[in-house]
Amino acid sequence: MKIMNCPLNGPRNISEFAWGGEVKPMPDPASLDDRAWGDWLFLENNEAGVVREWWCHVPTSFWFIAERNTVTDEILKTYPASELFKERVNFAPSAKSPQAEKK
Amino acid sequence: MLPALFPYKLLPYGFRRKYRPQRFIPKQKDLKSSYDVVIIGGGGHALACAYYLARDHGITNVCVLEKGYLAGGNTARNTAIIRSNYLTPEGVKFYEQSLNLYRDLSQAFDFNILYSERGHFTLAHTDAAVRTSRWRAEVNKQLGVDSELIFPDEIHRLCPHLNMSDKVRYPILGALYHPPGSIARHDAVAWGYARGATAMGAEVHQQTPVTGIIIENGTVKGVETPRGKVYANKVMQAVAGSTSVVAKMAGFRLPIRTIPLQACVSVPLKPFLDQIIVSGSLHVYVSQSSRGELVMGGSTDPYGLYSTRSTLDFKEGLLGHMLELLPMLGEVKILRQWAGMADMTPDFSPVMGLTPVKNYYIDSGWGTWGFKATPVCGMTMAHTIANDEPHDLIKPFYLDRFVEYAQVGEKGAASVGH
Repeated sequence: MKIMNCPLNGPRNISEFAWGGEVKPMPDPASLDDRAWGDWLFLENNEAGVVREWWCHVPTSFWFIAERNTVTDEILKTYPASELFKERVNFAPSAKSPQAEKK
Repeated sequence: MLPALFPYKLLPYGFRRKYRPQRFIPKQKDLKSSYDVVIIGGGGHALACAYYLARDHGITNVCVLEKGYLAGGNTARNTAIIRSNYLTPEGVKFYEQSLNLYRDLSQAFDFNILYSERGHFTLAHTDAAVRTSRWRAEVNKQLGVDSELIFPDEIHRLCPHLNMSDKVRYPILGALYHPPGSIARHDAVAWGYARGATAMGAEVHQQTPVTGIIIENGTVKGVETPRGKVYANKVMQAVAGSTSVVAKMAGFRLPIRTIPLQACVSVPLKPFLDQIIVSGSLHVYVSQSSRGELVMGGSTDPYGLYSTRSTLDFKEGLLGHMLELLPMLGEVKILRQWAGMADMTPDFSPVMGLTPVKNYYIDSGWGTWGFKATPVCGMTMAHTIANDEPHDLIKPFYLDRFVEYAQVGEKGAASVGH
């Protein structure tokens, strides 16, 4: 069994983890048109090489970041998301967004 | 006569002009500097496209560029199942056309692709799966595809080997039965297309990777290879697994993740399993090849990878479920294992047709269902290239459907639980 090092729980079997896809900066949903949103949501870089991805330790629902090589199947590094996201992300709709207008 | 002398009786034939050995595919020529059409990738889809370009559209100045050897990628790594009992009308129409083409391929090639109609069972283990099976059966029948929902008595009558006990984790509650479901020899399909295409004038160049794509003012002009630049009026890529890597050279991204799909075969057994057995919920599909090996596949790996390595986890998961369906296989050994790199799209439908680059076409996103589409892909992509307009059958699979929110959700794809 392949082992992944969870930043919260230590080394665990890879079957305990769920793959969450590449880390990419989220654009502002309020200022985005539908095409750009679909682009962010569905289109992938699908890199062959070292990638930075979201992973989740399912039994503890702990989301973290892993860097791995998609050609050699090596996990290079895992760390908590707080190392990447220093500030809290604000998901609240801004005054201009369509959600806010409906209210 | 001494058995040891027997081979010499064949020797005279070797000296007679009448019995000269014939190459299956002509010897590789020098790469020309330009062609009408360059096809990147030398698998089943690419070769079928070259074949139909020549046969249906009279375009014979075609060059197929393959990085490794002919049909050595996913064409060699699938489980060779052919069926048309999908869920979406778009998918059903598309695959029905493919099945019809497959039936006549041996005749068309004058080469036996060992096409064998077996009957295809998609097992349902939950009420929800029975409901989806009914849904699929009705969509299929509406479009003229032979497909029916059957229940345990009938399943047991048709396939007595299946474990119909209700004392298992996932008892069999029903099945979508598709009598035309078939298997074929995958290599023969690719070789047949290659022979047909080269006989009509196309060229196949193996061990010729494409290292760059030449684009001027948004229009493709050709490709770069270690053997030199090759100019072309039109270029198509059909490189399942490496799709995103090649598309990146052309400057666009795709809704595709590359995820390995593993499979294995057992030691050869006497023929006992006529049917193709599939269970989406258990992530199992199994059929017995003409050599007697049980060809088994499961779901894609849990994470993306550009690698064809095999894992023990996969075998444990697959065979645990296999033994629930066919417990008498408990002592049977695995003979070979392998993996292919599958192009997975979010809606399990392919990405085909035009691209943001003019005169550059794509055939990708084949996920878990590419082999069975080989003939219809070749035919529709040839039409698309010849007319610079997507064929009617592949219009729903256009790339921009993801940013226009017009996805084609295909729950009938292999190993999709319901």
